Amino acid sequence: MATNNEKAKGVLVDLTRCIGCRGCQVACKSWNERKTGKTTIEGNFTNPKQLNSDTFTRIAFIEQDNGAQPVWSFVKDQCMHCQDPACLSACPVGAFTRTPEGAVNYTFEKCIGCRYCMVACPFNIPKYEWESTNPWIRKCTFCSDRIADGKIPACIKVCPTNVMLFGNREDIMKEAEKRMKDSPGKYVNHIYGKEEAGGTSWVYLSAVPFDQLGFNTKIPAQKLPDLTWNMLGTIPAKVGALVVGLSLIAAFRNRGANNDDDSSESKQGKEK
Amino acid sequence: MAATSTASALPAPAAGFKALIALVGVGFAAALYRFWVGLGASTNLSDSVPWGLWVAVDVLSGVALAAGGFGITAAVYIFNMKKYKSIARPAILTAWIGYTVVVIGLVIDIGKPLAFWHPLVMWNPRSVMFEVVVCITLYSAVLALEFAPAFLERFKLTGLQKFLKLFTFPLVIAGIVLSFLHQSSLGGFFLIMPHKVPALWWSSNLPYMFYLSAIALGLAMVSFESIVSARAFKREQEMEIIQGLGRGVLITLGLYFAFKVGDLAYRGALSQVFSSGKASVFFILEMLIGVIVPIGLYAVKSIRESVNGLFLAACCVIVGTVMNRFNVNFFAQAGPNSNYFPSIVEILITIGLVSLMVLLYRLAVTYLPVFHEPGKSH
Repeated sequence: MATNNEKAKGVLVDLTRCIGCRGCQVACKSWNERKTGKTTIEGNFTNPKQLNSDTFTRIAFIEQDNGAQPVWSFVKDQCMHCQDPACLSACPVGAFTRTPEGAVNYTFEKCIGCRYCMVACPFNIPKYEWESTNPWIRKCTFCSDRIADGKIPACIKVCPTNVMLFGNREDIMKEAEKRMKDSPGKYVNHIYGKEEAGGTSWVYLSAVPFDQLGFNTKIPAQKLPDLTWNMLGTIPAKVGALVVGLSLIAAFRNRGANNDDDSSESKQGKEK
Repeated sequence: MAATSTASALPAPAAGFKALIALVGVGFAAALYRFWVGLGASTNLSDSVPWGLWVAVDVLSGVALAAGGFGITAAVYIFNMKKYKSIARPAILTAWIGYTVVVIGLVIDIGKPLAFWHPLVMWNPRSVMFEVVVCITLYSAVLALEFAPAFLERFKLTGLQKFLKLFTFPLVIAGIVLSFLHQSSLGGFFLIMPHKVPALWWSSNLPYMFYLSAIALGLAMVSFESIVSARAFKREQEMEIIQGLGRGVLITLGLYFAFKVGDLAYRGALSQVFSSGKASVFFILEMLIGVIVPIGLYAVKSIRESVNGLFLAACCVIVGTVMNRFNVNFFAQAGPNSNYFPSIVEILITIGLVSLMVLLYRLAVTYLPVFHEPGKSH
């Protein structure tokens, strides 16, 4: 899992540039041939309320009161494409892969539908086709089919205000730092995704503190699969220790076990 | 399985038997419905709560309930505590039936039931889920071999039985090792989401907590069954054994309690016990019912020397530990928008699976030499 891979792509999302036109939402649906649903307004312009198996990206409309007037923030949500993805390590059958470009992709043919990826994802991104009897996990693919073809992701292509910058992850990280340096005070002093969950391919700049925009700011800055690997990686040692320990205890506790009514078992006990 | 055999050592108890079959039938019909219409239409699972009642009860609790299998075999064969030999077979039977039903529950729960075999050929060694599937598969085979003597005895295949005896110790050790691995790994599922699971439960020690509480639950389950079976078959209660089991549960619960409190204190999370809102309520209930009340019950001499007292304490441990599994699973997913209560289909299937366990157990103890004591012929 080379994180400094030359080919690793990234996207810088500069939320200060977003005008909430939702062109990215439409382009995503169209490129990925996702169904549209009937939308409703329920005291909030975010539509749909959550990502779902037919909506891989959507703009959250966040209204805040600035004393005199409402202030709107628009937040694009989609898979962050972690550099060391929790979903990939969680999946029992290896249905997730990470391409050299950094896209985290899913293979339906392998999936058994256990949904551990959904539970394990720090950003709650994978969604399920609950209404299907042969359901897929669905999420943003980073348009890896387009990237493989030398194109940029559909949502970035249509954005009228250049909210998103696509490039090598190293370059877009430098650009993020440059923008913060060039406009002191414009952004909060944090690049979301630089370190969250061990670093993500998509990173964000914002003028409003991230926790006020629905970003989870409690996600630790560590590769999450390490947390389970700490346990799994020691299994061979544990098995060895247990087998030796149990054999010794059994041999000691069953020593001279000729008081048992069962002769073959006593012999077994002595051999140990 | 053994239903075709003619002779039976013990009379089949009729009371409740028909009700059990009816519940299994209803559960089976509900499972067919679930396969026919899919998970969305038959359950209350959603993108915000993808793991519900089936994962919490049928899988997480079901596996823990079966922990008596390795607990008792360890006591009998490794620690040479001979007095428990008479309950080794019922404990192994419980575990074997438990795992069989867990696997049925898993197949119902996964979105693509026909792909259930994929983990056996498509390996992801970095996945806890993969490890659990491998361990459960291997352990089911170990349990089948550990229980096989009951069949061999029943059908008088002494040659095979003698051959199998050569492997008693390796099988017992394999069973203990596999159980340690997957019982703890069920807690390991939740390690990867430290920011999602409330601090009341999340700890890097979560796997060991699951392991310890599984032992308490497994032993409680064995004593529960011993008491109920003795009543059902009008046998005398084996006081020495169920009191010994009670001591085992008490020691394990004491360790668990100390470990839990120490861990909370070490992580500076003790203050959250009362300040985590809904999670606090569920956490306190789980600790009271599953740990503190039973410790109190076992501590009183008159209670731990009475069958009813031991029965009540075992019931507390069973309910409390199932609550623990439910809580960890639910609060790991619960966000501001999460709301979950199982659908009627989910509940009927779970009741059906529990009834299936009881039914299989009853058939086995009726037609196979399960409670056969060494020395006596059945």
